[in-house]
Amino acid sequence: MKLLTLVGAFTLALAASASAQTLTIATVNNGDMVRMQGLSSAFTEETGIELNWVVLEENTLRQNVTTDIATNGGQYDVMTIGTYEAPIWAKQGWLAPLDALTADASYDVDDILPAIRSGLSLDGKLYAAPFYGESSFIMYRKDLMEKAGLTMPEAPTWEFIGEAARAMTDRTADINGICLRGKAGWGENMAFLTAMSNSFGARWFDENWKPQFNTPEWKNTLDTYLSLMADAGPAGASSNGFNENLTLFQQGKCGMWIDATVAASFVTNPTDSTVADKVGFALAPDNGLGKRGNWLWAWSLAIPASSQNAEAAEKFIDWATNKDYLATVAAAEGWANVPPGTRTSLYENADYQAAAPFAKMTLDSINSADPAKPTVKPVPYVGVQFVAIPEFAGMGTNVGQLFSAALAGQMSADDALAQAQDAVTRDMTRAGYIK
Amino acid sequence: MARNVSVQTKIGFTIAAWAIALLLFSPILWVVLTAFKTEAEAIANTPTFLPQNFTLENFGAVQDRSDYFKHAFNSIVVSVGSTLLGLLIGIPAAWAMAFAPTKRTKDVLMWMLSTKMMPAVGVLIPIYLIFRDLRLLDTLQGLTIIMTLINLPIIIWMLYTYFKEIPIDILEAARMDGAELYNEIVHVLIPMALPGIASTLLLNVILAWNEAFWTITLTSGRAGTLTAFISSFSSPQGLFLAKLSAASLLAIAPILLMGWFSQKQLVRGLTFGAVK
Repeated sequence: MKLLTLVGAFTLALAASASAQTLTIATVNNGDMVRMQGLSSAFTEETGIELNWVVLEENTLRQNVTTDIATNGGQYDVMTIGTYEAPIWAKQGWLAPLDALTADASYDVDDILPAIRSGLSLDGKLYAAPFYGESSFIMYRKDLMEKAGLTMPEAPTWEFIGEAARAMTDRTADINGICLRGKAGWGENMAFLTAMSNSFGARWFDENWKPQFNTPEWKNTLDTYLSLMADAGPAGASSNGFNENLTLFQQGKCGMWIDATVAASFVTNPTDSTVADKVGFALAPDNGLGKRGNWLWAWSLAIPASSQNAEAAEKFIDWATNKDYLATVAAAEGWANVPPGTRTSLYENADYQAAAPFAKMTLDSINSADPAKPTVKPVPYVGVQFVAIPEFAGMGTNVGQLFSAALAGQMSADDALAQAQDAVTRDMTRAGYIK
Repeated sequence: MARNVSVQTKIGFTIAAWAIALLLFSPILWVVLTAFKTEAEAIANTPTFLPQNFTLENFGAVQDRSDYFKHAFNSIVVSVGSTLLGLLIGIPAAWAMAFAPTKRTKDVLMWMLSTKMMPAVGVLIPIYLIFRDLRLLDTLQGLTIIMTLINLPIIIWMLYTYFKEIPIDILEAARMDGAELYNEIVHVLIPMALPGIASTLLLNVILAWNEAFWTITLTSGRAGTLTAFISSFSSPQGLFLAKLSAASLLAIAPILLMGWFSQKQLVRGLTFGAVK
């Protein structure tokens, strides 16, 4: 009987009592998000709305919120999603449009950077509000560049990058001319390679959704990447992602690194980086075809259509993404820690420009990416370093594994491209895009 | 009679046992060491073994950002609650199979075990929908129920194995003396099978404590257990290894201590009846 009582006590205990209105917010463990969590008590004081934070690793978050939103589960009131999910989920009717927010003059929706806004909209309606935006650019060691007798232009070509990477490489001193992503995944090496391929005139699909991996443009992209990495890349690059390259760069092992603009504040932070005062920035390279090899991403806040607290949720999104929030962060932690890449007004702010030496380059990189017209030739999809269709995550990861294997020397570039073409053709036929 | 074993063989086996134990323990040791390093040291290209700049700041940062005690409390409720509930169902079931078998008993046992053969994610959507409709999402009750269901086959299998070792004659003697079924199980069977029941209990508490898939998927904050707590410290952009290690160390500490203290009981239970 004792056992029974115990079990009863445990199972019946602790039903959550919710007297005040509570919003459940799902987010990722990135610096800017953690800061928002820290500052959010001001929002609760102001509105009386309690916040329940769910912080998860990016892939776990994606799995959790997708399960919840697809089943109409209603566990979350505000979700942190990216530019990949926003248009797809909006199309499915899973997200509530942010109409009240866009109509509110004090929110000033026109202040949001146009490239970011277009990536989060469907048919002209905004479905997610950007919390911070990023593109990618070149971070390079000014001292090593000088030693190699070269000067980095503000907008270099791939040819220059190849020359500089090889000149900066010093295997005896363990310095690699260039560090690039090699770890397989649609958000890992394929984010970099898809963006790079745009500047080579390549595209994932033609206007009829036919895969394009058998074109000379893709071959040129992959050959350039592989030979660059063979001549000037670090050992074991096929398992390097953002964090691995960040470490290499911070420890002075890379001459150049092309990756997310958000990395700028890490590599220039003297507590973690041994090269903090030697870093220069430049736009991602191009080939003179009118497109640069940089991507566009924005971690954004959206309201699932299943939320019972949509009105309060919109209030929170307003608080977290309006101009006043940027000022709040600046007052508490300085302008260098303000979430970047969402509003034009931030880049016109003299204090911010002084605190963030990479501000202009970040803005130029974001502005030069166009999710609606990402490639040289026309495409039927939206997205710079991804294709905004639900099938892309799986296909992107498959192709990423093939390209990563090519980088590791397990197969040739031609084999990797041929297998990618076959695999993607099969998936697209099965999904009904190719009749 | 004991077999004659040469000193060399003994030394050889001792070294092998230590080597295997250290190998198994090395990831945990690494977590413990990393928890006291700075972020920069934790991810250094030439790894250091002992922390060069010993620091406790990771633990402070972890507690600042997240509520350890809330998650630990949820873990205790779910792991202990689901195990007790499982024993409540498992003991009568194992009794029936061990002492009143039919010709289909073996098939039933196999069928129960077969539920463990499917990857959990295969039933994610149906379970999620059921939980949504019964309003069990993000509740401790819901988690306790799902954890009970997941571990029930193991509980029944373990208990069945222990019960089989107990001579049925003793139970029959109790019946002759007029014991009812309840008294037979509670006052005769359970005391005799106590080591087995204890090790079943301990093992299932550990299994439920470490379960990560359902505890992360079915919760959103309120009912989150320590596995969700650990998961929140991984980051795709930025340094997090030292903080993640500190969070992991905090999460495994209680269960590690429990395992340490109940080691004897656990080993005795797991080898119970192995040699008659």
